[in-house]
Amino acid sequence: MMEDILYAQPGWTHVAIFFALGAALLMTVLGFVTYAILAERKVLGFMQMRTGPNRVGGRFGLLQTVADVFKLLIKEDTIPKLADRPLFILAPVIAFAPAFMVLATIPFSENMQFADLGVGLLYYVAISGISTIGILMGGWASNNKYSLLGGMRAAAQMISYEIPLVISVIGVILFAGSLNLNDIVRGQENIAYIFLTPIGFFVFLISSIAELNRTPFDLPEAESELVAGYHVEYSGFRWAFFMLTEYVYLFAMASLTTVLFLGGWMPIPFLGFIPGMLWFGLKFSLVVFFMIWIRGTLPRLRADQLMGFAWKVLLPLALLNIFVSAAVKELFL
Amino acid sequence: MIRTEEMLLNVGPQHPSTHGVFRIVLKIDGETIIEATPVIGYLHRGTEKLAENLQYTQIIPYTDRMDYLAAMTNNYVICHAVETMMSLEIPERAEYLRVIVMELGRIASHLVWFGTYLLDIGAMSPFLYAFREREAIINMLNEICGARLTFNYMRVGGVKWDAPDGWIEKVRDFIPYMREELAGYHDLVTGNEIFLNRVKGIGYYSKEEALDYSLSGANLRCTGTSWDLRKDEPYSIYERFDFDVPVFHTGDAWARYQCRMQEIEESLKILEQAVEQFPEEGPVMAKVPRIIKPPKGEAFVRIESPRGEIGCYIASEGKKEPYRLKFRRPSFYNLQILPKLLVGENISNLITILGGIDIVLGEVDG
Repeated sequence: MMEDILYAQPGWTHVAIFFALGAALLMTVLGFVTYAILAERKVLGFMQMRTGPNRVGGRFGLLQTVADVFKLLIKEDTIPKLADRPLFILAPVIAFAPAFMVLATIPFSENMQFADLGVGLLYYVAISGISTIGILMGGWASNNKYSLLGGMRAAAQMISYEIPLVISVIGVILFAGSLNLNDIVRGQENIAYIFLTPIGFFVFLISSIAELNRTPFDLPEAESELVAGYHVEYSGFRWAFFMLTEYVYLFAMASLTTVLFLGGWMPIPFLGFIPGMLWFGLKFSLVVFFMIWIRGTLPRLRADQLMGFAWKVLLPLALLNIFVSAAVKELFL
Repeated sequence: MIRTEEMLLNVGPQHPSTHGVFRIVLKIDGETIIEATPVIGYLHRGTEKLAENLQYTQIIPYTDRMDYLAAMTNNYVICHAVETMMSLEIPERAEYLRVIVMELGRIASHLVWFGTYLLDIGAMSPFLYAFREREAIINMLNEICGARLTFNYMRVGGVKWDAPDGWIEKVRDFIPYMREELAGYHDLVTGNEIFLNRVKGIGYYSKEEALDYSLSGANLRCTGTSWDLRKDEPYSIYERFDFDVPVFHTGDAWARYQCRMQEIEESLKILEQAVEQFPEEGPVMAKVPRIIKPPKGEAFVRIESPRGEIGCYIASEGKKEPYRLKFRRPSFYNLQILPKLLVGENISNLITILGGIDIVLGEVDG
């Protein structure tokens, strides 16, 4: 469907359809974020033997996040006097926009994809790199020492972990023979790539948690050290934008993990009658649950250990993975 | 050539990891600490000066507010000092009750330390687990004295209230429960690679340095010095119990962690024996005069609080009020080594080191 619109004569109808689709995706993502936050709080609550949100919106706190967002919306918008005003205002937008842009290439099911790019994977990796600038900008513009430290940590961490992240997916590209995310999913018809490149999956998963700034790699906003890190001076809706970035990236990263390693919308053998969308949702939820689980379990790393881990452990492993994947492809497939 | 500049960073008095109103002025280069200056006194209430105008029984509630995480030991130290001066004989049952509540308090205090330390290091769940167990202890203490934190339970000559029916059984049931949960903590935290990397070799000091800085409690025992007043200078009825003093030799945050976790186990051992030997009946208060007037003279007693050696010095002129009262507050002494440990470390380690010392600001500021 998207192809037809793309190659048809441009007209106002097409623009409107595109706009509507974009808005629909944005709404879907916002809906996900709303309930991902609730799910995170509920799952953490369950792991920590407490109930989690249970007041707003019935027994399960279904409207808790909605109420929280509403509160953030009506909050006074404060900008510190000595902050770099234009940068301070721009930073959350720059952090958020790429998080949403990368979603365009994710194939959610056989025919649910917004842009079937030939270099979808490359596009994802390249665009997601921009967010770092937004975070660094926010940390710098706040004119606060804690934010500055948080912004520096974020920049160092995200750049370091991007490298093993990218190298770890080369194994997948070797097997699929394409950078197109749809082709990658189709390549997993018989066997999911997690079984073919387990090392790649391991490196990818760890690097993606680090990319997302989640525990145990939440140094840029380490509460007990830097108070709130790069967004310490942000409040109200600007702060919500940073949080949104984080959760949209969680959505995007879990989707990418599903697509690259878990077979995307491909069903498990003999269960093909269940629609692809549901399979995607199921695998995707597993990845998200895993990340919440990690958050409930592990303490935080130290900055130098974090860098050491990226360069000394993950990078060599990722390089080894290329060799192993190539060997597996040559010998067994 | 990159030009770098030193930056002055004010950590605290409002900061999530300073455990109260403690402030450190840091001079940092990047994230490396060049100089650290602790600033204390935000919670100073002048307990010692106030005590000079109070009768001895009236001082007890003030001690609750010094080390508010283990108020029972503070209660005990002042009562013990007055009792020593007056050479009072304490009834058996009162002594057992005192030991039981003090050891429960020690466990509760170490649980708070464990939870908040892990929270400092970035793990969220242990905090909630530790506070659940602490809640059980606090509920028991609440039952015996009607308060959850500021107990005001002990009196010169004994304790204020006898244990309610079934209380001793509750303590008995708590011991195996706590052992089970403790094993759970070890499963979750103690073997964790990230945790070990964060604490091993961090905040090292030698035995000599520890003694020079007059450190006590787990902060001293982590350097290989076996010094526990319950064993070395037994007070109350501690010589009747069979327990070990955990000593570790590495002198780092990891040793302090192990030491405190082991101490919870040893306290459980003491509790087990105390509950077993608990006298069926008897008074909980000795015969003391209505108005307590210790004889002219002075006395200094010291006992082992969860944080170290807590001491109480009383100079009396034979009046209702002390002429001078002084507490040796272990957190204050333990904190002194901090600026030395921080030089050259980074901000993440600052949190690990400060948390490892286990301070209570109410006690530091007095």
